[in-house]
Amino acid sequence: MLELDNLVSNVHTGLMEALPHWAALTIEYILIGVLMLALYCVLALILIFLERKICARFQCRLGPNRVGPWGSLQLIADMVKILLKEIVKISKSDKILFFTALFLALIGSLCTFGALQFGKGLAGIDFNVGIFYVLSISSLGVVGILLAGWSSNNKYTLIGAMRSGAQLISYELSAGLSILTMMILAGSLNISDIINGQAHSWYIFQAPLPALVAFIIYLIAGHAETNRGPFDLPEAESELTAGYHTEYSGIQYGMFYLAEYLNMFIIAGIATTVFLGGWQPFQINADWAAGFNEVMSYIPSYIWFFGKAFMLVLLSLWVRWTFPRLRIDQLLHLEWKILMPISLVNMLVMAVWVVLFF
Amino acid sequence: MEVKNIKVKSMKPEDFKDTEYLEQYVEELRNNGVGIGLGVLDDFINWSRSHSVWPLTFATACCGIEFMCVGAARTDFARFGWEVTRNSPRQADVIFVAGTIVHKMAPVLKRLYDQMAEPKYVIAVGGCAISGGPFKNSYHVVQGVDKIIPVDVYVPGCPPRPDAMVYGMMQLERKIKVEKFFKLPCRKKEENPSSDNNLSETK
Amino acid sequence: MKKIKDIISSAASGLTIEEQQYPTVCVSPEQLRKVAQKLKSEGFDVLLNLTGMDYNDKFGVIYHLTSTVDKMAMLVLKVQTPDREKLDIPTVSDIWESANLYEREAYDFFGIRFIGHPDLRRIFLRADWNGFPFRKDYDANPELNPVPLVNQTISDMEDMPTLSFDKDGKLVTKHNQLFENGEYVVNIGPQHPATHGVLHLRVSLEGEIIKKVDPNFGYIHRGIEKMCESKTYPQILQLTERLDYLSGTMNRHAFCLCAEKALGLEVPKRAQAVRVIFDELTRIASHLLGWGCMCMDMGSITAFIYGMRDREKIMDIFEETGGGRLMVGYNVIGGLADEVSDKFISQVKEFIPYMRKMIKEYHVLFSENPIAKGRMQGMGIMTKEQAASLGVTGPSGRASGWSCDVRKIEPYAGYDQVDFEEVLRSGGDTYDRYYIRLDEIEQSLRIIDYLINNLPDDGFKAKTPAIIKLPAGEYYQRVENARGDFGVYINSTGDKNPYRVKFRSPCMTLISALGPLCRNEKIADLIMIGASLDYVIPCADR
Repeated sequence: MLELDNLVSNVHTGLMEALPHWAALTIEYILIGVLMLALYCVLALILIFLERKICARFQCRLGPNRVGPWGSLQLIADMVKILLKEIVKISKSDKILFFTALFLALIGSLCTFGALQFGKGLAGIDFNVGIFYVLSISSLGVVGILLAGWSSNNKYTLIGAMRSGAQLISYELSAGLSILTMMILAGSLNISDIINGQAHSWYIFQAPLPALVAFIIYLIAGHAETNRGPFDLPEAESELTAGYHTEYSGIQYGMFYLAEYLNMFIIAGIATTVFLGGWQPFQINADWAAGFNEVMSYIPSYIWFFGKAFMLVLLSLWVRWTFPRLRIDQLLHLEWKILMPISLVNMLVMAVWVVLFF
Repeated sequence: MEVKNIKVKSMKPEDFKDTEYLEQYVEELRNNGVGIGLGVLDDFINWSRSHSVWPLTFATACCGIEFMCVGAARTDFARFGWEVTRNSPRQADVIFVAGTIVHKMAPVLKRLYDQMAEPKYVIAVGGCAISGGPFKNSYHVVQGVDKIIPVDVYVPGCPPRPDAMVYGMMQLERKIKVEKFFKLPCRKKEENPSSDNNLSETK
Repeated sequence: MKKIKDIISSAASGLTIEEQQYPTVCVSPEQLRKVAQKLKSEGFDVLLNLTGMDYNDKFGVIYHLTSTVDKMAMLVLKVQTPDREKLDIPTVSDIWESANLYEREAYDFFGIRFIGHPDLRRIFLRADWNGFPFRKDYDANPELNPVPLVNQTISDMEDMPTLSFDKDGKLVTKHNQLFENGEYVVNIGPQHPATHGVLHLRVSLEGEIIKKVDPNFGYIHRGIEKMCESKTYPQILQLTERLDYLSGTMNRHAFCLCAEKALGLEVPKRAQAVRVIFDELTRIASHLLGWGCMCMDMGSITAFIYGMRDREKIMDIFEETGGGRLMVGYNVIGGLADEVSDKFISQVKEFIPYMRKMIKEYHVLFSENPIAKGRMQGMGIMTKEQAASLGVTGPSGRASGWSCDVRKIEPYAGYDQVDFEEVLRSGGDTYDRYYIRLDEIEQSLRIIDYLINNLPDDGFKAKTPAIIKLPAGEYYQRVENARGDFGVYINSTGDKNPYRVKFRSPCMTLISALGPLCRNEKIADLIMIGASLDYVIPCADR
C-alpha cells in the first residue's frame, strides 16, 4: 500500500507510451540522476545533523539547538555558508589535479550510491555484476584522496595522503573478501538476486557463524575505508592539522565533507543489502510465525532499508566517539595480520557450510 | 535593516550593549547603496552566515583554557553551531585570539589571518588581546592584537568567563546580521541631492 | 653521600661554604668546571635551577643543585664574572643536560657567554632582537625592537654558534647547522591543536620516523621576570598565576611562602590548611585537563569532555570562595584574602566521593582500552638517570622512578602532618606517565579529605605591614606544582620592588625531554609523548 514500485512502473509505462523510446529513456535517466543527487545531498545533511546531535548526547551536552526547532536548520545554514566562502587559489599547487581530485572522490561515492536499492522497485541500476561494480567503483575515492594530498604542495597533506592511500588500499581487501564470502552463499553477483534470496530470512541468519564473522569484518573494514572512527589517521585533527584537505576552502571543502558522510552511509547500505536483507522485512522462517511475518511486511520496504542502514550508521558513530585512534602501523598490522587471514579462513568455512547445508 | 530588529534567540535586544557601534556600521553600509528587492535574500544569507561560524583552533595562553571550557559540556557552543572547530585556516570563519600575542608570535598570527578565506572575523578574547592586559609594561608583548589585524568583537576579562565569550559570539552574530551581501549601487535617499559622495543612479 | 664540606675541599682549594638558606659556595669561572665535575661525580646529579644575575658592576650565575642519592641535599653554587665586559663563563651543559636550555636562557637575557656550549642560540627572543632585556642598563625603547610582521629566516633558527677560546685567548665562534641539506623538515606548531599551547617544533623526518626534534620557545614569552622588578610584591602575585595557569594557585602559594619566609611571618594554621586544599583541588583540575588532552590527542574527544565536566565542579568551588574560576587570586602574603564561603566545606565534601567514582569510570573507559594501551605502552621510555640529568621532576619524573616530590622532601604549609603516599612507577613509558596522574588524583583526594574534616580555627591571615618590603637577601622556595618542582628565587635589596625574581619552571625541562625521548619514534608517538609529559608553554616561556 505504501510501496512505491507501482508508482515507478506507472511512470515508466506512461513515458514509454507517450514518447519515442529514446526520448523516454533520456527523460528517465535525467529524472533518476536528479533524484539521486537530491537524495545524496539530503541524506548527507541528515547524517551530519545526526552526528552532531548524537555525539553531543555521548558527551553529556546538547548539540545544535538554536537554529530551527531542535537545531534542524543548522545544516542548511552551514551549507549556505560554505557555498559563499571564498575559494582560495593556492599559487604553487598543481591546479588541474587540485581541482580534479575532489571530483574523483565525489564521483566514486556517487556511483556507488547509485547502485544501492532503496526499496522495492527503487533501484537506480541493476545489472548482473552489481556487487563487483560496487566494489570496484568505490576505489576511485582512493585516487581522489591521493591526488588531493599531493597536489596541494604541502608537506602535511602529503603525509596525510600517503597514510590514507596505504590504509584504503589495504582495507579494500578485507571488505572485498567479506562480501565475496556472502556471494558464495548468495550464488550471484546481481544485487536484486541477493535481496530476493533473503526474502525468507536474512543471510546473516542463514549461515550464522561465517556470516557473522564476515559481517563484523566488513563493518571494521568499511569503517576504515571511510576514514572514520579509530581509523581516521589521515585526517587526524590532532596531528596533521586537517590532513589531505587542509588547503581546500569553500564549496570544495564542502564536497569532501559531504563525500565522507555519504561513504559512511554507503558502507552501511552495502552491509544492509548483503547481510541484513536489503529492503526485505524481518521474517522468521517457521510456520508458527506466519502472522508475525505478515505484520512485518506491512511496513514499507524503504523504511526497512533506511532503518537498517541508520542503525548501522549509529553503530559507526558510537564507535567513532568512544575509541581513540590507531597509529598507522597498528592499523596496517590489524589489517594484514589479523583481518585478512581471518577473512580467508572464513571464506573456506562458508564454502564448506554451503556445501553441507544447502 | 533597523538595528533594533535584529533577533538573537533567547536574548532581548535591550540586553545587548554597544548598539551605537552597530548603528554607525549600518549607516556606513547604507551610504554605499541599498539592495532593492534583494533585502530578503540578504537577510537569508546573513541568517545562515551568522549561525554557522566555524572557529579556528588557536589559543596561546590562559584564555585558551576558557575557550576550551566554552566548547565543553557545561557551556556548550555547539548549541549555536560553532563547535565545528577547523584546524586549517582555509576552512575557518572566525579566529578567537585567546591569549597574549608577543612579538615572536605576531608574524604567525598575521599569516594565519591572511590564510583565512573571506568572509572572516576576529574576536579578541581577554585583556591581553585587547590591549596587552596585565602585561602592559612588557618589552615583548604586542599592546593589543588590533595593531596587527582588524578586530570585530572585543571580549574583556582575565580570563573572561565562558558566558562572556558566548555573549561576544552573540554580538558577532548581530554584526553579521546587519552586513550587506549584495552591494548594488542604487537610488540613494534624497536628503542631500548635491552631496559629493553619492553614487550614480541606477535606471 | 659524603658531607658537602669534604666534597668541596677535595674539589678545589680556597673555597668556603656559607651557611645561608642552603649551603652556598662561591667559585671563580676558572674553577667552575672542576668543582662541577667533582660535585656531579659525588652525587649532585640534578641541576635544579640556573639563575643569571646582573650585579651592576658584574654579572653572575647561581646554580641550585640537588641529588637523587640524598634527596634532602641541596647546594648553591655561585659564579661571578670579573666585570661587565668579560662575560665568559665555562659551560656545564655536558655535565648536567638541563643546563643546555638554562644557559641559553641566561645568554638570551643577560648576554653571558657560555664557552663550549654546543648551541648558544637565543632561546626566547628572535635572533634579530637588539639588546639583552634583563640587564639593568637595557634600553626599553620600543623603536629599537618594533613588532615584526615577517617570520624569522630559517638560517636564524638553525644556525648554532659554539664559542671557544683559541690559543691566543681570543673568542672564536664556530657555526654548526642544525639540519643537513636534504633532510625532510616539518614544522609542528606554533599553531597546532596538539602542542598544548604555542610550541614550535622543527622535526626532521624519514617517512614516519623522527630523526631530530628542535623545540623553539618564545612564542608566549611575556617577560614576566623583568616586569616583576618594577612591581611591588602584591602586584607580582597577579603575575605568578599567569605563569603556569593550570597550577596558578600553587605558583601563587610558592611566591607567598617565599615572601613570608623572608618576612618571618607565621601564617595561621587554618589559612595553611585551606591553601593546601586549594592547591590539591588545583592539582586535580590540572591532572584532569592533562588526562583529557592526552585522550583528545589520541582521538577520543569524549574523554576530554568528561574531564572538563568534572573540572567545572572544581571551578564552582573556586568561584564560590575565591571569586575566579581559572585565576582565583585567593592567596595573599600572610594568608588568605578572606574567610572561606559558607558553602565551601559542604561543596568539597560532596566533591570527594563524586571524583572517586569518576576515576573508576575513567579507568574502565580508557585505561584498559586495548587501543589506548597499544598507543601508549612501550614508547618514550625515560630512565631515572635521564630524568635526573634533564631535570624532569613532577609526575613525569616519578613515573620513571625518581622520588622527587617536594611535598615530601621539603614539606611546606603543613604537608608533613597529612598522611599521603608519593606515587612512584618504574617503567617510565608513556602509559606510566598517563596512569600516574590518575593515581595522584586519588592521593590528592586523600589529603583534601583529611584536611576538610580537621580544619583548625585560628584566623585566615597574619598581620602584614602596609607596604611589604622584604629584608635584603636571597630567598628560595620550592613547591610541588602539578608539573613538577616549581621554585621561586627572590633577591631583595630591602626595597618594595625585588631586585631579581626567577621562577624555576618545571615545564622547560619537560619540553627539553622531547628531543631525546622522541628519537626514532613516529610522529603519532611524538604527539603522545608530548601529551604524556603534560607541559604548559607559558610556564617554560615565562
